[in-house]
Amino acid sequence: MARLQIRNLEKTYANTFKAVHGINLDVNDGEFMVLVGPSGCAKSTTLRMIAGLESISGGDVVIGDRVVNRLQPGARGIAMVFQNYALYPHMKVRKNLSFGLRLQGASKAEIERKTNDVARILEIEELLDRLPKQLSGGQAQRVALGRALIKEPEVFLFDEPLSNLDAKLRASMRVRITDLHKRLKQEGMSSTVIYVTHDQTEAMTMGDRICVMKDGHIMQVADPKTLYDRPANAFVAGFIGSPEMNLIDGRLDGNQFHIGDQALSLPDELMARLQEPAGHVTLGIRPQHLRVGAEHGLKAHVTGAEFMGHEVVLHLSVADARLVAVLPAADYVDLERETAVTLNLDPGKAHVFDQSGENISLSQLH
Amino acid sequence: MSTPDTALTPASPTRVIILNPEDRRAERLSAFVRYTLLIVVGFIMLYPLLWLIGASFKSNAEIFNSIGFIPQEPTLDGYRKGWETSTPYTFGRFFWNTFLIILPKTVFTVISCALVAYGFARFEFRFKKLLFASLIATLLLPNVVTRVPQYILFRDLGWLDTYLPLWVPSAFAGDAFFVFMLVQFLRAIPRDMEEAARVDGANSFQTLIYIVVPMLIPALISVALFQFMWTMNDFLGPLIYLSSVESFPVSLALKLSIDTTEAFDWNRILAMSVLALLPALVVFFIAQRYFIEGISVGGVKG
Repeated sequence: MARLQIRNLEKTYANTFKAVHGINLDVNDGEFMVLVGPSGCAKSTTLRMIAGLESISGGDVVIGDRVVNRLQPGARGIAMVFQNYALYPHMKVRKNLSFGLRLQGASKAEIERKTNDVARILEIEELLDRLPKQLSGGQAQRVALGRALIKEPEVFLFDEPLSNLDAKLRASMRVRITDLHKRLKQEGMSSTVIYVTHDQTEAMTMGDRICVMKDGHIMQVADPKTLYDRPANAFVAGFIGSPEMNLIDGRLDGNQFHIGDQALSLPDELMARLQEPAGHVTLGIRPQHLRVGAEHGLKAHVTGAEFMGHEVVLHLSVADARLVAVLPAADYVDLERETAVTLNLDPGKAHVFDQSGENISLSQLH
Repeated sequence: MSTPDTALTPASPTRVIILNPEDRRAERLSAFVRYTLLIVVGFIMLYPLLWLIGASFKSNAEIFNSIGFIPQEPTLDGYRKGWETSTPYTFGRFFWNTFLIILPKTVFTVISCALVAYGFARFEFRFKKLLFASLIATLLLPNVVTRVPQYILFRDLGWLDTYLPLWVPSAFAGDAFFVFMLVQFLRAIPRDMEEAARVDGANSFQTLIYIVVPMLIPALISVALFQFMWTMNDFLGPLIYLSSVESFPVSLALKLSIDTTEAFDWNRILAMSVLALLPALVVFFIAQRYFIEGISVGGVKG
């Protein structure tokens, strides 16, 4: 049983570049925590500091009750799955799985039993006598997963484990990993997971909670629904959700939101939530929450349409801003380029961000 | 409809080119010219070796009478008498001496260079850049510059007329070229496997033994082969440090046959030269695959 705590964790490289800026994160026992963010946001560096593969410049990593800063990776009670599998090329799958146990001096019987158990769980029994080069990407990733599982660690660390797989395999491995996590949890085994990805779909579908990072800072930690419905700032709002949220810069005057030479009357419900209702702000509205063809609202021009089968992605321009709206396919009528439409927004779903990017419309949002 | 000289088979992923008769003739002529040229140049390059082998089966008189390499009256006289030498020892003794130098030198070179290269390629430590630069600098240093101080050092250690001066420097990664080669090879290998091993609980030394060395094997075989051949061919080292005939390696023994008799028999020397060539050739052909893999990966991806 292990809880993981990160306290004021910092990473400064020898060239004085500061990659991680004193972050704090608590991961509960058995929780599936996803670290997500764009490239260079230091999510992998953070994971590698937890693993002990990267030195810690400041702060503490606590696993269970132990500060593990100075412990070797092998003594931290962690197991890690790497992006490119990192299987030992000269060892057969069986030896790859049991390498850690052999180093610990486990008995032959125990090694045999655990190897077979893990192979059964991951359905890799028929691969045990193959070399890594004889495995497909999906099989190799299952073996890598097995190598982590066999150690029965306190915390599992995943470093973009699905990035090298094709889309279809990625989807099935996603389910396999989440199922495995649930199973470990049900069986009362340690199942705390830190999972690094740049793919927000993975983050949203797998994580109990998601930690969104940017430039070595944590932007928000929340469950997927909260993250989607109540983004703490414009970065999270733009990063989570597909297509990404429309962020429209403008000026707020009373309940009038000015964009270019147009003005949109913001709904009372939204105005009631605002903490500082004036000045330069960014209006955030998800493509799914834009209403096209309203009586009043912003005048927009259609610049393109993508028919996806179940929905239509409409590209629009309003003054200088480019917006995206997603409509159900049933509402789709063949719109020509440059067709003028009127846009309005779903009052309960819009957000307003101040100039620093903070969401100032969260207070009463449900 | 395909064009007259090329056609594409639509279902096949590879392009099939069908040549018309004129093109086929030109292609054949071109191949003929290329192969002839290569064979002629190859023959010229190999001729001294062929002559050496042929002449070793000739009588001493015939060697100077004909330029061809095929002996008119083949004889094993050169081999028989050459093997006996003009010293109390046979050539077998000199081969054994060579082996006594090569074995520790090769083994210790592989071990020490792998250790040092692992250090340079995988660890951060103070003055690493300076130390690596010094290592490379020793590569550029002419060998003769260090001969005298080395000789004095080994003399003071009482190592003259022993094999120690010939292999002990190699046991401390004295061959900068090999260290450099292995460092380049290691740089081309991703670190993930080693990190996975560390997460699995291996310390640095276990990671080296269980993970790095198996991945380095092609490069280590190249190192061993190079060292084997260079040591086999080394003449100056034994000449400087060894003075008793009983401890001479093959390279010195060959010269010995020229020194000791005034009118020496060339066929004996040539016969023993052929034998001296054999070990290196045999070892090279056995390990050729690894050897080429080792130097190409190390060299290209560095």
